[in-house]
Amino acid sequence: MGDYLIVSIQIDMHDRLALQLQQDLSENITKTGAKGVLIDISALDIVDSFIGRMLGSISSISRVLGAETVIVGMKPAVAITLVELGLELKGIHTALNIEKGMKLLDKLTGKA
Amino acid sequence: MGDQNVKKFSKVLSERKEEIINKWKKTQMDEALMQLDILPEYELENFDKEFIENFSKLLSTDRPEDTSTEEWQNFKESFQGFISEKSKQGLSIQENLLLILTLKPLIFDSIKEVFGKDPDTCTRMVEILSSIFDNITVELANAHIKSREEIITRQEEEITELSTPVVRLWKGILAVPVIGTLDSARTQVVMETLLQRIVETESDIAIIDITGVPTVDTQVAQHIIKTINAARLMGAECIISGIRPQIAQTMVGLGVSFEVETKSSLADAFSLALKKLGYVITSEK
Repeated sequence: MGDYLIVSIQIDMHDRLALQLQQDLSENITKTGAKGVLIDISALDIVDSFIGRMLGSISSISRVLGAETVIVGMKPAVAITLVELGLELKGIHTALNIEKGMKLLDKLTGKA
Repeated sequence: MGDQNVKKFSKVLSERKEEIINKWKKTQMDEALMQLDILPEYELENFDKEFIENFSKLLSTDRPEDTSTEEWQNFKESFQGFISEKSKQGLSIQENLLLILTLKPLIFDSIKEVFGKDPDTCTRMVEILSSIFDNITVELANAHIKSREEIITRQEEEITELSTPVVRLWKGILAVPVIGTLDSARTQVVMETLLQRIVETESDIAIIDITGVPTVDTQVAQHIIKTINAARLMGAECIISGIRPQIAQTMVGLGVSFEVETKSSLADAFSLALKKLGYVITSEK
């Protein structure tokens, strides 16, 4: 992946697992010096306010550590639910799939 | 007392089943009820046979005129499905009613044959059977109307779907021409259709054209903003086009802003979209 990290969220996240993910990710970014993080949520059928907040936190933490985050693979039903709940995940970058996500990361990190 | 006679009549009906069905079918055909495509002869025959059997069964119960009994429910269900189906296929309410009401004169003829010698019993039997036929008529009308309403609902859904097409203008560019009022129900449909197409076509830009939206108040603006945000979550950027002068004035007056680029014409929006994706239009000359 070069300078990017890819995280694939497969299962439903709950408190401890989410904190674990944040921790692992932060350590990884620092260790590898990654400039971009791709979070693939295409396996998630439901994204509730908890996961929404978690994605937001990861995004902010990564930015502080010098990496940009792009969320990819959101299902249409999930997007609609988030929007209906008023959780638009402002400030979080999104892309349709991994390929577009990488292109976006290139743009954000000044590579493109 | 009336019960005994009704039960006796029920037996007579069962015995004379064949004869009655033949006469009934003839009357039905005389009324041009048999239509080759909707109600072929064998279907009509089957229906008549089952109806007479179920009708006899009802008459053999204790209170056949009482519509609150379980036996009535069963009887009702035995013909409602058939009637609903035929309504959907195009049988008119008159045809539906005649289908069963043509049996009435035959039943009354039978009553006169069996009970003719005893005028009081005869009258009582006619009263009871008449009341039962009235109940049947009500159920026929209900079944017919219900199936018509189902058709209307289905058509409403189809109209909603048809009126929110999502068109692919170019590789990576979608256009959604919204026609008519944008209420929450339609917004749902627009969002679902648009997001689905974004996934299918992997589009980066969606142009939402609101030329066909008569008024844009804060509610409608909210719906549009929701759609914009949903598309954004899917990685697609939105451009709003087709904003008429009055709408622009209303929006500013209400303090509504879309937070995305807006253009007055679809052509301008398309041109902008092409530019964003790095396309340049040149002419051959």
